Amino acid sequence: MTFDYDGWIILIGVLVAACCAVPGSWLVVRGMGMMGDAISHAVLPGIALGFLISGTRSGGWMFLGAAVSGVLAAVLTQLVHRWGRVERGAAMGLVFTSFFSLGLLLIVQTADTVDLDANCVLYGAIELAPLDTIDLLGIEVPRVVVPLAIVLLANVLLTLVFYKELLASSFDSALATSQGFAARWIHYGLMVLTAATCVACFEAVGSIITVALLVAPPATALLLTRRMKWVLVWAIGLGGAAAGLGHIAAITVPGWILGGGLDTSSAGMMAVITFVLFLVAAFAAPGRGVLARRWATRRDAMRIAIEDALGLLFRLEERSMDTDREVVEHLLRSDVRIGPRRLAAVRARLRRGALARVDGTCWQLTDAGRSEASSLVRAHRLWETYLAGRSTIPTSHLHAAAERLEHVTDRELVEELEAEVGPQREDPHGRPIPESDLWN
Amino acid sequence: MQQVTSMLDILLLGDWNTRIVVFGTAMLGVAAGVVGTFLVLRKRSLLGDTVSHAMLPGVVGAFLVMQAFGGGGKSLAGLLLGAAVAGVLAAWAIPVLRRSTGLKDDAIMGIVLGGGFGLGIAMLGVAQALPGGNQAGLESFIYGRAASMVRSDAIGIGITAAVTLLIASTMAKEFRLLCFDESFGRAIGRREGLLDLGLMLLAVTVTVVGLQSVGLILVIALLIIPASAARFWTDEFVRMVTLAGVIGAVACWIGASVSAMAPKLPAGSIIVLTLATLFAFSMVFGTRQGALCRIVRSAGLRRRTDRQHLLRAAAEWMETSGVDRWTIANLAPMRSWSRGRLRLLHRRGVRSGDVAVTDDRFMLTKAGRLAADRVVRNHRLWELFLIRHADIAASHVDRDADLVEHVLGEEAVVELEQVLTRGDATPQSPHPLGGDP
Repeated sequence: MTFDYDGWIILIGVLVAACCAVPGSWLVVRGMGMMGDAISHAVLPGIALGFLISGTRSGGWMFLGAAVSGVLAAVLTQLVHRWGRVERGAAMGLVFTSFFSLGLLLIVQTADTVDLDANCVLYGAIELAPLDTIDLLGIEVPRVVVPLAIVLLANVLLTLVFYKELLASSFDSALATSQGFAARWIHYGLMVLTAATCVACFEAVGSIITVALLVAPPATALLLTRRMKWVLVWAIGLGGAAAGLGHIAAITVPGWILGGGLDTSSAGMMAVITFVLFLVAAFAAPGRGVLARRWATRRDAMRIAIEDALGLLFRLEERSMDTDREVVEHLLRSDVRIGPRRLAAVRARLRRGALARVDGTCWQLTDAGRSEASSLVRAHRLWETYLAGRSTIPTSHLHAAAERLEHVTDRELVEELEAEVGPQREDPHGRPIPESDLWN
Repeated sequence: MQQVTSMLDILLLGDWNTRIVVFGTAMLGVAAGVVGTFLVLRKRSLLGDTVSHAMLPGVVGAFLVMQAFGGGGKSLAGLLLGAAVAGVLAAWAIPVLRRSTGLKDDAIMGIVLGGGFGLGIAMLGVAQALPGGNQAGLESFIYGRAASMVRSDAIGIGITAAVTLLIASTMAKEFRLLCFDESFGRAIGRREGLLDLGLMLLAVTVTVVGLQSVGLILVIALLIIPASAARFWTDEFVRMVTLAGVIGAVACWIGASVSAMAPKLPAGSIIVLTLATLFAFSMVFGTRQGALCRIVRSAGLRRRTDRQHLLRAAAEWMETSGVDRWTIANLAPMRSWSRGRLRLLHRRGVRSGDVAVTDDRFMLTKAGRLAADRVVRNHRLWELFLIRHADIAASHVDRDADLVEHVLGEEAVVELEQVLTRGDATPQSPHPLGGDP
């Protein structure tokens, strides 16, 4: 691994990632994640025409043709979507496939004279990019760095200047229009920017990295933060990380698996890494990841189970009923529906929190446990009383409703309920509402 | 002369070989049109795109496995199987990832597409580096072999498409539920996840089969365009499915036979371009949602509204001034219309027999007066209704009534009369008449 080669590949990858992350973030929040792929196919007729006009495989004509047909496809998609009232995904699909087949047709017509392949005409390869260098202010840099830097600069500047407009038109187009700028023109502007970015990146490093970097890092960023500013920052960072890791993986991973000095396409690996980063975030992101959400659910379930157990013990005590261990645990299983494994955890937590203990063969609430249970039962019975007066829920069903509400009732809500219910001492079933000894 | 005969031969399926190829492709067109309708209605149009790209690692993987177990590694059945497995995996991953992240479909599809295709490219890189690898042609496999379908392929395609079509049409009722009312489907015990997976399996099958005849990128068009075009002609589900099938078949028939005539025109491209043409035609001329008929419809509504505005303005002028003749200048302040426009409306009124003109002064004809009475009556009934039942202030009600009165049907008017029970007489206006001072 030498900096001259591998370092440049990673640097170019990071540059492409930054270029793509900016329009990509807006595309993802606007529900147009498939735009990159659509443009990657839609540029074909432009490339073919550019070739037919110039007669050579290199040069500006093909680039220009690609840019024009990319923009045209993006605009046409929007027109079909608006005038034809076709769903956006379908509009995109039908425009880019039509463009692609037109391009294919044009290429087949020229195929006799030149070898012009449908999928590698304009598309550069990131592995080859560092080899084609130019002299920039005395330093030898890869040629593609220049256009990519220009595109990046344009993307960042335009986003900074139009940030407010983009934000408003992405999340509330009615607001945008009422603020005096047409959301539609912002949209077309974004489409043009996306098409230009895509074409520049295709030419520099090929389509697969571009398509992957356009969607996956912004979507991953959306799992990590909900502020658009930070989405943009995260997307650039994640994309850069994917580019770096991707290249390193490309030169090391095949060797680990199959032995020998095998390596593989850096472009493909970079795309794979964007996907892997997304999976990691989907699994482990704080707050929105699968893991975090499962943990939150489990914690809630545990809290509710403990509260239910306390409530049960309180009611048994209230009716001076037997709190024999087996009876209580049977009731917890059958009435409160706590499974055997959770039951053990509940028992342990009650004992550890000094809320209840087993005294001989009987369950016994401690003072702390009793006071907590009484405020819970108080919330429950306040809810029942409140609902009985103000809803159409029949008395026999009040318990179930209150059973759910009691777990999400905080102190403020209890105070409001007290004010609403008034000096009521009994719930609709004739049970006394416990005094709030905890808070008063 | 001979050329013409051979062209006719092909178009009318005279040649046995061509007949098989064209028939197989057309069968695929029907199946894709039908399955595609469900996808489009379910807003999963680009599923085919994702699935087709994500098939690459399957193809390369199958190739690597087959080569590891000896053999050339290029058995068509093996490669197709690999493609199908990878496609199903991708199709399954989409709803799973969407549910576990809460992101939108398009982002998930884009991510799976990029990751899947990238994996394919990376595996291809390995296959190239492996000693003794003969991977040439794998990439062209994924991009389709546009024009070189042979008879045995066509038969296989036709049979698979027919089976797909059969399954799709027996399950049509379930899929329709999935498209339009998922929660109802759940409530009556339909397994939503299972149905979704079934639909995706059908889509994957069509995609794998389409690979043979039109190429992987273009099969996406075969799934999306027929359904989108059919949508312009009908709102009705069964008709839409049928029409999409027919459109798919026609395009495939034309594409396959044209390509059989001229080897320089690849079947896939011709099929998609035919579809695009049919779509453009439908978008403009469609009798249900087409642009032209929408324009005509809204122009008709605007004309009717204009006529009613003129009639009401005339009637209200007569009511306030007590004079039954008026000039353009009299009516001009009653609405925000320009003199020129008002003149145009009067000319139209004269032409349709509502208004009579005697030296620059206008009056309503007998028919015009009847019509004007009805218009005013509708307007006031609606105003009264809004005042009484929607708590709109009398000073603002004119505007609100104006928005709805033109689309009130006979039935609605009868209902209004019943609610307000005022007999036949035209009620008094609840607000002062005349325009803004």
